[in-house]
Amino acid sequence: MAVALKRDRALLLAAPALITIVVFMLLPMAIALVYSFLSPSPYGGVQQPFTPASWVRFFYDRDLDETLIFDTTYLQIFSRSIILAVLTTIGCFLIGLPLAWYMATRPPKMRSILVLFVTIPFWTNLLIRTYCWVLLLRDQGLVNQALQAIGLIKQPITFLYTDGAILLGLIYSSLPFMVLPIYGALEKVDPRLIEAAYDLYADRWAIMRKIVWPLAKPGVAAGTLLVFVPALGAFLQPDILGGGKKLMIGSLIQQQFTTSRDWSFGAALSMILMIFVLGALMWSAWRRRHPGVSV
Amino acid sequence: MKRRGFDWRRMPEYRLLSIAALIFLYAPLVVLVVLAFNSNRVALIWGGFSTQWFVKAFGNEDLRRAAMNSIIVAAVATPVSTLFSIPAALAFERGTFFPGRSTGEALVAMPLIAPEIVTAIATLIFFEAIGLHAGLGNVIVAHIVFCIPFAMLPIRARLRDMPRVIEDAARDLYADKWQVFYRVTLPLLAPAIVAGATLAFVVSLDDFLITLMVAQAGSTTLPVYLYGMLRLGVTPEANAAATILLVVSVAAVVLSTMLARARAVKA
Repeated sequence: MAVALKRDRALLLAAPALITIVVFMLLPMAIALVYSFLSPSPYGGVQQPFTPASWVRFFYDRDLDETLIFDTTYLQIFSRSIILAVLTTIGCFLIGLPLAWYMATRPPKMRSILVLFVTIPFWTNLLIRTYCWVLLLRDQGLVNQALQAIGLIKQPITFLYTDGAILLGLIYSSLPFMVLPIYGALEKVDPRLIEAAYDLYADRWAIMRKIVWPLAKPGVAAGTLLVFVPALGAFLQPDILGGGKKLMIGSLIQQQFTTSRDWSFGAALSMILMIFVLGALMWSAWRRRHPGVSV
Repeated sequence: MKRRGFDWRRMPEYRLLSIAALIFLYAPLVVLVVLAFNSNRVALIWGGFSTQWFVKAFGNEDLRRAAMNSIIVAAVATPVSTLFSIPAALAFERGTFFPGRSTGEALVAMPLIAPEIVTAIATLIFFEAIGLHAGLGNVIVAHIVFCIPFAMLPIRARLRDMPRVIEDAARDLYADKWQVFYRVTLPLLAPAIVAGATLAFVVSLDDFLITLMVAQAGSTTLPVYLYGMLRLGVTPEANAAATILLVVSVAAVVLSTMLARARAVKA
């Protein structure tokens, strides 16, 4: 029997990391929550009194005579972000599953090379990766140049500063987050299972549906979270590829802290995003515990 | 009944899709690097091979200062976060249950879970609230926090895969707990620690959003400076600077993979 670390010692060992995170992450989030219930001060920061005004502002606009009118501006930005994040997840899944499957069925040496290939962009600066797409998608960019050269179009097409460009940037930067967990799940698949199924006259679709898919599922679930959450709060892609005009939640929050100088509203928006993310996490944890329930 | 042969290993369409996906991943990066070596001032018209933009980028004093800041921040955040994550990894993987252990694990994973923008603004608010204006110090503290879970990932994975019998054998041979740690556990963990430190280094070097929000004037890092450069438009100098950062990240990742593999073989 292995000797396990004693209780007090284990706590002591974890203390430096835990204290750092509690002091510099959990406490700041709690302060942000408090700030969301204060009023903005004109030069950034917040002031008394306590008021739910910033939360109310998410749904209502104040009319000239101070009556509240239901206003969907921010709800629209939130739903746009959610739609883009969902589409990003779907896009990554559609590209990622065949890639992960292909990787997992290579010989071991080839596998580690492929993993390295997928990992490199994953650790490459996001700003740079997003900027690369500006070079490709600009009116005078390579895509337009190529399309004009082969005579497909006469005038350059405006790709940049559209929702499509943001989506492309999001899929591009999130793809490794989907591929690696699915690969991790598929790599452990025992090839004999598939051969046995084949011997039992399962066709390709049946093998995919009855063997590969159930085994890949935990990887897909992990990948979905890893893609969805960052895509939802993305800042760089909407900023660079959307030109700052097509706002997502992330850029909206950032704006409150820089140009708008409404820290209270910015904090409220962050808390709404955080609640949303925690909800998604809890839902996925619940689903893992109750695998029978199909939603 | 005759059926078409099906080999689960050979799926030509999957091979094609995978090659397409890899091209999708790499083509934009290749385009950037190629354009950085373009001698033409108009960034998108090829005018021959040239390294003049790199020379110009190196000559840019603000760019150099930002790069220096990036290196200082990563050089402090990496060892601190790695040193914090080694004992924490041991506690989570080798410790008996202690009160609040799963809460602790969730807490440590928090920087991975929370959207970056939320972490960024919470940290900004916190530093303003306590009045911490320590220049680069603010950035370093913020980086240590989000580097911890990254540094811990490979260390925990290694501890999980490492057979405990090796440590048990050392104990049977009358090694005390420090001898077990220094002569058995630590050497076996070394590649994972190196990998974790590299991850922390790369993550720190690449961080943009948190640094953008937290950094005060004069303590901007390379990505934040580059962001400012790119806002002014596409220039060959920006391409060159971006290429330098790209090459450093890629080199660090490849080096760490090779190191981890080489040492793992020896161990």
